[in-house]
Amino acid sequence: MRHFFILLKHELRMLMISPATYIAAVLFLCLMGFIFWAILRSMVNTPEDVLPAVRFLKVFWIPVLFVVPLLTMRSVAGERNDGTLGTLMTTPASRAAIILSKFAGAYIFYMLLWFITLGFPKIAVEFFPQTAVGSGLLSQSSVLGSFLFLSLSGVLFISIGIFASSITRSQLVAGMFCFTALFLVIVGGQQLSNISAYGADMTEWAKSLVDYFQVFGHLDDFSRGVLDTRPFFYYLSLGGLLLGLATLVIEAKA
Amino acid sequence: METNHSIYVKNLTRYYGAIAAIKNVSFNVNRGEIVGFLGPNGAGKSTTMRILSGLLPASSGSAWISGTSVAQNPSEVKRRIGFMPENNPLPEDMRVVEYLRFRGRLKEIPGRKLRASVQDVMEVCDLARTARRKIIGTLSKGFRQRVGIADALLGDPEVIIMDEPTIGLDPHQIQGIRKLIDSLRGRLTVVLSSHILPEIERSCDRVIIINRGRVVASGTSAELREEFLPGQRFQIEAEASEDSLMAAFSNKGIEATLLETIPGVEERTLFNIRAEGNGLLGHQLIDALAQGEGCTLHSLAPKEPNLEEIFLAATKRSWEETIENKPTANMIKEENKAKKAEA
Repeated sequence: MRHFFILLKHELRMLMISPATYIAAVLFLCLMGFIFWAILRSMVNTPEDVLPAVRFLKVFWIPVLFVVPLLTMRSVAGERNDGTLGTLMTTPASRAAIILSKFAGAYIFYMLLWFITLGFPKIAVEFFPQTAVGSGLLSQSSVLGSFLFLSLSGVLFISIGIFASSITRSQLVAGMFCFTALFLVIVGGQQLSNISAYGADMTEWAKSLVDYFQVFGHLDDFSRGVLDTRPFFYYLSLGGLLLGLATLVIEAKA
Repeated sequence: METNHSIYVKNLTRYYGAIAAIKNVSFNVNRGEIVGFLGPNGAGKSTTMRILSGLLPASSGSAWISGTSVAQNPSEVKRRIGFMPENNPLPEDMRVVEYLRFRGRLKEIPGRKLRASVQDVMEVCDLARTARRKIIGTLSKGFRQRVGIADALLGDPEVIIMDEPTIGLDPHQIQGIRKLIDSLRGRLTVVLSSHILPEIERSCDRVIIINRGRVVASGTSAELREEFLPGQRFQIEAEASEDSLMAAFSNKGIEATLLETIPGVEERTLFNIRAEGNGLLGHQLIDALAQGEGCTLHSLAPKEPNLEEIFLAATKRSWEETIENKPTANMIKEENKAKKAEA
């Protein structure tokens, strides 16, 4: 545990001094700022029944697809390529502590970026106080639910990135693998539900299985305040499994 | 398990797929000894070192560091060794002192001793004044090697394993590193590998030569000299033909073998010969040449084979032969002693 904290501190420090981190952060915030602006703009004329914050978080997958690979591709692959992973493994720190610290570093930064986006509604209210929708922009309950979803799904997404990074020494391959896997998890689940919608007769268990992989469905539930244990189990177990596999991979090929 | 050895390796084998990188490697290193690991590229030096440091599991066989099994208790072993891997990988964008403190924490140096320990190793490696706050990426190769060695020294390990610490350094830097290694003599057990043979010969108490994944020779350079290139060697500069030279020796009853003839200047020729004899052999050779017909001696000098020649002889001879099935110089000596004692 002691090694974990030492490594995590080191990891956060390295993230802070790495230019890739800032590029990812700037890209993320610019894109999300633009999306938020576009949503507000479209809501000016047409009445909507969903809150802008909820609609905003619905497009969470766009930044996830590029920020997660950018944040995680270097973590293990880069260290393996430089050879510093080997020197790290000659210390008494356990493999699990190494992988967990990499995960925790990227996860903390990922969540930090999402928390910064909470500033967008604040800025909107600050600059346009006359728009009377201030409370609607930052509805606490739906934002809380959505952030719970983001923090939960983030465990799986970052774990995918760490696992992708652990199996190769090329950052490029790690990034591509991570992108593809994230695409499969996020969009693939959606497509499964499309199939189930077209195919008329789905047995009950098949339907519940398809629902289990519905990332967008989970977001809907969370933002409406419906907390189900199944998504918790899905994201945490799969995330844990991938981190475990990553630990075994670095154990086998340092 | 024998505890008086700092490193004890028995029948270590490691396969990469179907290829054996090392096969039945056995050796031991005593406490406080500096041992050089020699071998051509791909001989299995790095593999052996990586197994010893717990980075790589062995396919079979066993290794102990200070009485602790590497396979059974890797984390304990890692507390006892300082390892500097090949090419000395370092994070480019950290400062030297920051990096060493980070490594010190990972090596479980208590917080209150950390600053002092880091300062100590920086003093030993001559980093404290010049490179303390420098970013590692901007350091010269020599300083980077020093940072690697400082890292290996951190945390007072009992055993230090360095994979090619002097690779890519200029002669001044090599000398600096050699002095550094000398300063560790007696305090720590040091295992280092190198391609540079004079380097190993100067800084190591003992040499282990490894070829094609097998230990082919082990001992001090004197022992190896006796084992692989026995007899005394001389370089003679004389105005003589090969025949007249050999005739002069045989007249005096000296058994000599001509190894090499090098044409010299002004009728002179350089002869490298090997002969059996005691400490007076030099005098006898001079006498023989003085009385020999058609021989004018200009100079005669004993020629000790260097490690390079021993290395070439050992690796050539070792094609399939291993040290296990062949008596070493020590064993022969002891046998002879025993025979004498009996007589």
